Amino acid sequence: MPNSEIAVNQYPSIPALLQRNADQFGSKPAYREKEFGIWQAWSWAETRDEVEALALGLLQLGVNQDDFVAIIGRNRPSLYWSMVAVQSVGSVPVPIYQDSVADEMAYVLKHCRARFVIAGDQEQVDKVLEVQDQLDDLQHIIYLDPRGLRKYNHAHLHAFQQIQDQGRAARDTNLITLNERREALNFDSTCVMLYTSGTTGTPKGVVLSNRNVIETAKTSSEFDNLQQSEDVLAYLPMAWVGDFVFSVGQAYWTGFCVNCPESTDTMMTDLREIGPTYYFAPPRIFETQLTHVMIRMEDASRTKKWLFDQFMDHARRWGPAILDGKTVSLSNRFLYGLGNLLIYGPLKNSLGFSRIRVGYTAGEAIGPEIFDFYRSLGINLKQLYGQTEATVFITAQPDGEVRSDTVGIKCAGVELKVDDKGEVHFRSPGVFVEYFQNPASTSSTKDTEGWVATGDAGFIEQNTGHLRIIDRAKDVGKLASGELFAPKFVENKLKFYPNILEAVLFGNGRFECTALINIDLAAVGNWAERNNIAYASYQELAAHPKVMDTVQSHVEEVNQSLAVDEMLSGCQIARFVVLHKELDADDGELTRTRKVRRRIIEQKYNEIITALYDGSNSVHAETEVTYEDGRKGTISATLEIRSTHLESVAAKIAAE
Amino acid sequence: MQEVVHTSNAQREIGDVVMAMKHITLRFGGVVAIKDISFDIRAGEIRAIIGPNGAGKSSMLNVISGFYRPQDGEIWFNGQKRRALRPYQVARQGIARTFQNIALFEGMTVLDNVMTGRLTHMNASMFWQAIWQGRAEREEMQNRERAEQVIDFLEIQHIRKTPVARLPYGLKKRVELARALVSEPTLLLLDEPMAGMNVEEKEDMSRFILDVNDEFGTTIALIEHDMGVVMDLSDRVVVMDYGRKIGDGVPSEVRNNQDVIDAYLGVSHD
Repeated sequence: MPNSEIAVNQYPSIPALLQRNADQFGSKPAYREKEFGIWQAWSWAETRDEVEALALGLLQLGVNQDDFVAIIGRNRPSLYWSMVAVQSVGSVPVPIYQDSVADEMAYVLKHCRARFVIAGDQEQVDKVLEVQDQLDDLQHIIYLDPRGLRKYNHAHLHAFQQIQDQGRAARDTNLITLNERREALNFDSTCVMLYTSGTTGTPKGVVLSNRNVIETAKTSSEFDNLQQSEDVLAYLPMAWVGDFVFSVGQAYWTGFCVNCPESTDTMMTDLREIGPTYYFAPPRIFETQLTHVMIRMEDASRTKKWLFDQFMDHARRWGPAILDGKTVSLSNRFLYGLGNLLIYGPLKNSLGFSRIRVGYTAGEAIGPEIFDFYRSLGINLKQLYGQTEATVFITAQPDGEVRSDTVGIKCAGVELKVDDKGEVHFRSPGVFVEYFQNPASTSSTKDTEGWVATGDAGFIEQNTGHLRIIDRAKDVGKLASGELFAPKFVENKLKFYPNILEAVLFGNGRFECTALINIDLAAVGNWAERNNIAYASYQELAAHPKVMDTVQSHVEEVNQSLAVDEMLSGCQIARFVVLHKELDADDGELTRTRKVRRRIIEQKYNEIITALYDGSNSVHAETEVTYEDGRKGTISATLEIRSTHLESVAAKIAAE
Repeated sequence: MQEVVHTSNAQREIGDVVMAMKHITLRFGGVVAIKDISFDIRAGEIRAIIGPNGAGKSSMLNVISGFYRPQDGEIWFNGQKRRALRPYQVARQGIARTFQNIALFEGMTVLDNVMTGRLTHMNASMFWQAIWQGRAEREEMQNRERAEQVIDFLEIQHIRKTPVARLPYGLKKRVELARALVSEPTLLLLDEPMAGMNVEEKEDMSRFILDVNDEFGTTIALIEHDMGVVMDLSDRVVVMDYGRKIGDGVPSEVRNNQDVIDAYLGVSHD
């Protein structure tokens, strides 16, 4: 594996790394995709040929240097090749979230003046066509899956295969140009432009250079000792920086294999079949998997359930220590080995985690129970902290120093500082070049010395050097009493209960804290089934008095744990309501990466929030919802408002 | 960008008559289910048969599929008068169907159910199939490939290995369509493909029916109750009431036909 400085500069672009991989491990698999029930594989040599054919075809179509080419679709080898082919001809790939609605797509396409779009299927093509009137620069659309597109006018619409065929046919004429364009790429050329999902305002195009991506890929691969033989499952949105760095940056740097699921719905089966060795998932996925395991264990026979409970207790106690290589007595090791044979091994296998060497979670805080569950099974799950502007990596947890409450130590080449307001700043080789055509935002985020404000409030632990994140800096506020208000911190505590899917806390500048809560339909629905509680909809289940009681007990437990924390005892939740609909990205309430959009929610549920503070016992709410096809409707409900028991800080101390 | 699109029904290629029903009459004892009905189905079209309950629609479909033999009348298929055939012989001619009340093998997986649709394409003898060698193996692989293409087309990959009994109703309907489609029919008969579905499932199914017609050029004859669906999907509509044909034409004609309106809305018989 080349990993010296020279080697980095020798391969200053992704197309250059592709050529290196094709030379060095030409016959090793680079991509796999399950199609027609079988895993199809492409070696690095085949990948080079496919990418080259497409690049030649793009030249034939008239793609110029520094053009922007939008790529929209689910994770498929052809779309990854598209990114590299687009880079090869000197233009810039702009992956777009496939679940964006047409208007969101129009904004991005307009903003980057994309001349070409490579779309996965008819659905994506339709969305682009829907807004084509607004797109003066758009010239051609290339599609992968021809289904349903047969009868469209093909004047400006092309099949992916056909572009490749044209590229192969025109190889002799275009190869020189292609080589020139490829050789013109250097460390400072733009590697990719990614639009941030934008928790506030409109999306911004983050420009990342080859230097950003390749240096980051190099240091992070070395940090976890990633090998050419790794397997990853590419299932997270291609427009997300994480997927780009894992499935393109690190994959091309180390030459490992990227596996693409058959469809979104088969992801769990595909995960089990592939058994990735290096895996990334947001906490939500680990949470869902754990919930499923627990629900299924509830249905297991008593012997099995007993065995599971016994061995899981043992694993919780000793598993993490064994994983960290600490001293554990022989008898406990033996019992753990037995457990591995009977319980942990088969469980990991059915989760698709049998081969995992390194697993990461990031993006949101993960519940300590969830985190410990996976670690106790012997899965090396770690946390990292990063953002698009840093090409992902800011901090990560090294093996042996893994805890659920920190996000790890700074990565190689990263400098960290916390300003007097508590906001975390960083500087690294991964720092983004600029926000595309937005110098104002660029300069307000990145100062002249290259320090980037993360927008997160946190602190560095003195003795360990680990970074701890409390909340979004702009969300941290003060209650009317002057006490600290850190909504995310409290919301996460609530969300660690399997029954609670989402929570939004209010209280900035007010005399007490209140919360909107979403129940988890899978977990609560299962409970309802078990207890013979009939319900027809989410709304009905959410309003059930017993569900309200359960949520109240969770809220009160959170209040208790907050009371212990001197800094945050003011954040106890005085009143709450369980919402009649799930917060949804289609309604603009969450970002596409499922982060809460506080201000929008505050406006939209204004009447409910008012009722939370005026002492009433119920509130009638009418809410607009957007269906999957973009139509809008309203749902209305009368919601019960519950007041909870607040722990007094003094009483707590006295009790101890 | 200049206008890139769009698709319209006008572009669809409707070919010659593939099936013609001439003066069909079907009686069950004293009950006349179908009374002297004639209509045709053209290649590549979506032909709907509609009518109130008990109008004789399903009987008509059963006549087409060869399950019922009409007492009077002729059935012409591909330019030839069809003699009385058994259903399996009809299947070999390239006609496949789905059922009003799902008729799948509940205990078998989706994949196995779909594979049964390839039965007419298996020629290896039972002996060779038992030892799974040579031709039997090749055929199995070809059939599986075809089955997988259909599974992919209808987006049911995630339930490939799931026993049908565990599936919700809407998905079962889709599996039935898959089984019919996998036999590569030239004429596909759908008996109330959208009965009992919610709006979203109906939209999905409509899209699949259009895609099948579009992609494979399959001629489709369907019975459906949902007027909105019928008017949107079909090229031509036959309307039946009490075993008689009371209307035939493109959706807009049929919608304005007084007899049809009376049959659906009821008319006072005084």
